[in-house]
Amino acid sequence: MLISNIEVIPGRRISRHLGLVQGNTVRAKHVGKDILAGFKNIFGGELKAYTDLLGEAREEAVARMIEHARSIGANAVINVRFSTSSVTAGAAELFAYGTAVVLEDELP
Amino acid sequence: MIELIVFATLTLLGYVFGRIAERKHFASIRSRESTLKDILIFNERTLPPGEWRRTQLVGGNVVISVDYFKRLAAGLRALFGGRVTAYESLLERGRREALLRMKEEAQRLGAAMVINVRLETASISKGAGDQIGSIEVYAYGTALGR
Repeated sequence: MLISNIEVIPGRRISRHLGLVQGNTVRAKHVGKDILAGFKNIFGGELKAYTDLLGEAREEAVARMIEHARSIGANAVINVRFSTSSVTAGAAELFAYGTAVVLEDELP
Repeated sequence: MIELIVFATLTLLGYVFGRIAERKHFASIRSRESTLKDILIFNERTLPPGEWRRTQLVGGNVVISVDYFKRLAAGLRALFGGRVTAYESLLERGRREALLRMKEEAQRLGAAMVINVRLETASISKGAGDQIGSIEVYAYGTALGR
């Protein structure tokens, strides 16, 4: 499964468009990590635990998007976009969406 | 009285450690930017001329928070309006760091450049009481390799 945020894939051509596919996940913070992050809020700087949390969550959203694309028979998702929104205090939604397509090798 | 002491201590700690941390971070950003300067990044979506065999989505994220002193300074600034320099440097650090992480991933893949770079910024602790001031920046794009 090829994932890209451009529409033209070098050396390949789109044979079929299968429409929008999407994947999302809502993650909440761990209480212990939240306390540690509270300390970090005093000194400033990177909140490593949150960086990892959101990174994992984004991978999860992409994995769900890929699953969706696979289920409708696509072999690539192009023009992928990400979006993040905070749903309630302490929880964030990560959303990935793109266009599912079937790619073919370009004839030489 | 005790509250005042706690407040003053937190402000002082934030000021001292926040400054040190910020200076170190900027130094680290500058040195990594110069080592990664060979990887070019563009926000155009068209492919540059040449033979590209590999394309892959790369990204880098960072969650970064302001210190106690800056949060206070920004709060005061909000009373009078104007430039909030405390948050300007926070966002700059976040964006540059996220771009660097994206470049590092591209470098691991042996890519020559990253095109169609998008930056996304989100305030992750919105609504959580007075916990304003931590943001997430995510930079992503398509890495091209020969």
